[in-house]
Amino acid sequence: MESTVTSAPPATSPGTQANEPERLTFPRIECRDINVFYGDKQAIFDISLPIPDRSVTALIGPSGCGKSTFLRCLNRMNDTIESCRVEGQIIMDGENINDAAIDPVLLRSRVGMVFQKPNPFPKSIYDNISYGPRIHGLAASREDLDGMVEKSLRRAGLWEEVKDRLTAPANSLSGGQQQRLCIARAIAVQPEVILMDEPCSALDPVATARIEELIDELRKRYCIVIVTHSMQQAARVSQRTAFFHLGILVEMGETDQIFTNPRERRTEDYITGRFG
Amino acid sequence: MVQQLGHLPMGWLMLALLAMMASGAFFVGRVQAERFSAAGSGRFHSRPNYHGYYVAMWTVVPALVMAMAYGLLGDDIVRALLRRELPASFSAMPPIELSVYLDSISRAASQGGFSGSDRIFSAITNRFLELQGVIKTVTIGLTTLCAGSGFLLARRRVAPGFRARNKVEGGMEAFLFLCAAVAIATTVGIVASLLYESLRFFAQVPIWDFLLGTRWNAQTSAEFGALPLFFGTFMIALIAMLIAAPVGLFAAIYLSEYAGPRVRGSVKPILEVLAGIPTVVYGFFALLVVAPTIRTIAVWINMTLINAGVTSEPFLAAQPTSALAAGLVMGIMVIPFVSSLSDDVINAVPQTLRDAAYAMGATKSETVKHVVLPAALPGIIASLLLAVSRAIGETMIVVMAAGQRARISADPTADLTTITVQIVALLTGETEFDSPKTLSAFALGLVLFVITLIFNLIALRVVQKYREKYD
Amino acid sequence: MTNLSAGPFRNEKALARLRKRRAADTRFRLYGLSAIGFALAALSLLVFSIGAQALSAATYHVVKYDVVLDAAVIAPKGKDTPDQISRNVDGFYSLVRENLKDTFPDARDDRRSSRELGELMTRLAVLPTARKVADNPTLMGQKITITAPLNDDLDLYLKGAASPQKKVKLGKVVSVEAETGRTYRLAGPAAFKVIESLVSAERFEVGDAVDRQSILLTTGATTGKISDVTTDSAVIDLLTGNADDFKGATPVARLIGIPQSERNVTDQQIAWTLALKDMGRISRVPHLSLLTHTDSTYPELAGALAAIVGSLLTMFVTAFIAVPIGIFASVYLEEFAPRNRVTEIIEVNINNLAAVPSIVFGLLGAAVFLGFFGLPRSAPLVGGLVLALLTLPTIIIASRAALKSVPPSIRAAALGVGASKMQSVFHHVLPLAGPGIFTGAILGMARALGETAPLLLIGMVAFVADVPSGPTDEATALPVLIYSWSTNAERAWEPMTAAVIVILLMFLIVMNGIVVLLRRRFERRW
Repeated sequence: MESTVTSAPPATSPGTQANEPERLTFPRIECRDINVFYGDKQAIFDISLPIPDRSVTALIGPSGCGKSTFLRCLNRMNDTIESCRVEGQIIMDGENINDAAIDPVLLRSRVGMVFQKPNPFPKSIYDNISYGPRIHGLAASREDLDGMVEKSLRRAGLWEEVKDRLTAPANSLSGGQQQRLCIARAIAVQPEVILMDEPCSALDPVATARIEELIDELRKRYCIVIVTHSMQQAARVSQRTAFFHLGILVEMGETDQIFTNPRERRTEDYITGRFG
Repeated sequence: MVQQLGHLPMGWLMLALLAMMASGAFFVGRVQAERFSAAGSGRFHSRPNYHGYYVAMWTVVPALVMAMAYGLLGDDIVRALLRRELPASFSAMPPIELSVYLDSISRAASQGGFSGSDRIFSAITNRFLELQGVIKTVTIGLTTLCAGSGFLLARRRVAPGFRARNKVEGGMEAFLFLCAAVAIATTVGIVASLLYESLRFFAQVPIWDFLLGTRWNAQTSAEFGALPLFFGTFMIALIAMLIAAPVGLFAAIYLSEYAGPRVRGSVKPILEVLAGIPTVVYGFFALLVVAPTIRTIAVWINMTLINAGVTSEPFLAAQPTSALAAGLVMGIMVIPFVSSLSDDVINAVPQTLRDAAYAMGATKSETVKHVVLPAALPGIIASLLLAVSRAIGETMIVVMAAGQRARISADPTADLTTITVQIVALLTGETEFDSPKTLSAFALGLVLFVITLIFNLIALRVVQKYREKYD
Repeated sequence: MTNLSAGPFRNEKALARLRKRRAADTRFRLYGLSAIGFALAALSLLVFSIGAQALSAATYHVVKYDVVLDAAVIAPKGKDTPDQISRNVDGFYSLVRENLKDTFPDARDDRRSSRELGELMTRLAVLPTARKVADNPTLMGQKITITAPLNDDLDLYLKGAASPQKKVKLGKVVSVEAETGRTYRLAGPAAFKVIESLVSAERFEVGDAVDRQSILLTTGATTGKISDVTTDSAVIDLLTGNADDFKGATPVARLIGIPQSERNVTDQQIAWTLALKDMGRISRVPHLSLLTHTDSTYPELAGALAAIVGSLLTMFVTAFIAVPIGIFASVYLEEFAPRNRVTEIIEVNINNLAAVPSIVFGLLGAAVFLGFFGLPRSAPLVGGLVLALLTLPTIIIASRAALKSVPPSIRAAALGVGASKMQSVFHHVLPLAGPGIFTGAILGMARALGETAPLLLIGMVAFVADVPSGPTDEATALPVLIYSWSTNAERAWEPMTAAVIVILLMFLIVMNGIVVLLRRRFERRW
């Protein structure tokens, strides 16, 4: 606890990490010694990972390696799982977000999340987007809210497709559109970080391409962390990549370096498809 | 001699006869098939047992039909025959009296003949027994004949190539279908009996007088305006739902969204205990505890108001049985119906929707109110509808705690009466069929059936649609 | 900890808004908790109120009477066949009454107290003794002890349920002086201080007038009624016993809150009862007659045996019809039915039937089974038929769920080795679904056991004094007995009704216990 809330900006980086990145600009989130348990079972072991701002960090690894669990630590979604316990520090803006004093509700308004399967609320498109601003009291007036909805939809590249049917049920959209709607919904809360848990796994290649374009676009404004099963996707959209295996962070670094010249044998095996 | 035959215990006799025929036929069919196979006449399609079953089936089914025909018509035939032979003085009797007379004859006959002093009665009873003896003998003969011919026909077909198993299974399937059709027959029986008796009632009392009349006094005078009954039913169901809807719904929400597995695991079964308690127990509870308490409170309110000078007359009726007592207890009874189905539908809302809301920084209650409940709304409405239907059709609580007075009063401490209370009141004790008093119970039953059917149909339809959506 | 306004997660504005939202969250949670609290409170109130009543009926008071079986009284000439003896209530009762009069000779003096004394025991309570003597004539002329239940109101009084009563121990009485007739003045320094203060504090009105409350003073078998009291002395009317007993005694005073005119028991009867109790002739014993007697118009003699047997017979008929038909119907619908309009209608129809009010089934029974088929009224056969139709949908729905839970691979395996469809179902699927089907059947039966309304409509509400011996005899059922006893006016029926409820609930608990055990034992995850 003592060193938790030092409000120290990221000037002091861990330095203990063997694979310290060369080009780390400004870690938006700094994870230190994260351990996660499900009941008695440990799912994640001592992971320390800086996450840079205004870039895309990809988490890759075989199924069950803990990358989704780790992602869910970053906005404390694991709180909703009864048996789950998270230890360690996750420093964001100088505060440990794992601190009991931090309200996860407030945290999640700044760390948005997009899920594996598109999960629009069974309401209209407009209501889906405006829901976040409304509960957080971001909009002062109706016009304000309309503006936010439009802005979010524009940023998610969906505006042109839905502007004439904002009152239509969100379920009437196609899968790819629904996922972009979910991204727009996350953006509408005006987060600083967006977490994406395999956002394209339920989509066809065309829709996937659109989402990837969108991620590339969003990177200019947000810190994005994406979990993906597809090596190609990681290579295409991310600047930095972290490879997880059996709950351990095996290697992390610039995406180019990981994919062309991995330091660890296990990373190479996985990338070349020898296991996983 | 023939008279002695009239005492034959047909039920047991038929049962024994059928059992004997079945086992005998099975044995014969099986032995015959075994003989074929022992003789090595080719490969059998079906095992010998199936040949046995086949023969037994064809022996028993025709016999069974005969036995059932006797059970249904036997008595009527005897009566019809007897009636033709009765002296002329009887034909002048009104039909109802005649049938009552014949009832007493048949009762005397079933007790072993009449030994009293009424000579005519005694003679008729003896003749009745004779005729019964004839009919019974004929039935046994016919039954044996049917069984025998079925047996012979079926036995002829036992052969190596005969597909006995398929035939037996076909027969079995037909039997299974008949079992499933019992449910249909029940519905048909309900609708037919209610409609038939109601139509006879409406022939005597105009339907609009019944539905819209405001004076109900079926027991003493012939006033059949059922509106106060509908009002009482509605009022008590409303009170019940005012309790059960919020309590059941919030309990379901708490259990599915807030409670840990331990609390959930222990509270859910306890709530279900509420559903398992017989309604007569609730009725007793209402009578023993709730109604007196409500009365005491109402009297206290009256006193307070009068002492405070607000009113000069008692404000509340403060009856020993009251709509509030019945409604309150009924509400408690209905809680599990709301909570259990609501719990199911709330659980059926996909977790990803909750995750989506949480990930945007919604609190738990916001997630429940804005996402989970709207998504589960159809199912919740269905559960409420089923609960209303349950409350409307509930009988014992209102019989014991609501009262008998048919009136329209918004005072919850007044005693009201309901459809179900009046049905019970009209049909218990000595009932004479054909009187409008008795028939009105069936008209009330028809109304009750139609109302609850509408609620049920809508609810089931909504639930079905809802299941399709999330399955 | 740290400066709260510093970090972005702790800025005042966001936190203020959050506090509101959190408060709303807590409120919402509280609604949920109080909903559950309400339901649990209602359930426990129900259980405790009925349980407490039932507990008071679990035991009752019986009185011993030592009598000589005088043949001249119980078997006079011309009335001495065993059958006549077994029905000679008057004879046996007069023996008992004479015994009481011997015990309390004062009561012989006037008709009223003689009658009041006789009320200590209900006439019909001698019937078991009469039957015993009729069966065993050698008892004639011998001295036996008749044990018979105390009058129900006095029983309630002794249980403390009849009227509010305060019992206080007094100081020592030093002197007893006879005044006029049966009036005595008792005196002792400060002996009556407690009563005196209670009387003045609670405006307790003492005296003989009918609308006054009573204070009874008892020591041993002697009881008197206080008509005037001061701190040091009291005037009593002796009700029973010997006034000299008070001398040197520390009597007990009972302040009875309800005037005699509003009670079912008189002060005189209470005095006698207390005396009998002091003599050791009254004892509180388990109320076994509740299980071994049939219905009666006297609460202390009534029992639920006929209703228990009636319920069992009814359940037997119901199970015999509903279970096989339900299983076969569900097998057909789940395994054989083609997906067409007919089966769809059957399906919708079954779901609807499960929600039809039970009283409508009663109407069906009255119209079809009684009216059309002419089956006997009040018979378990008809009750069983109606309840079978009522539970059929429940059993079908449960059985179908059980059949559905058997994975298709089992069917495929059976068909794969050349079994016919019928064989695969009856050899493999049905046995595997067995526990589930059985569970559903028991739950259906449990529901049927508690049903009341349909049975009322087919006349099973009749007063049945004999244990039914077959399904066509007149009978009643446990829930119906609960209903009819609860409509009786006398106070003593309340605990009796509660006791029958407990009996009924016992049956239900056993049935549900079997279900729980079955589920534990056979729970299978595919």
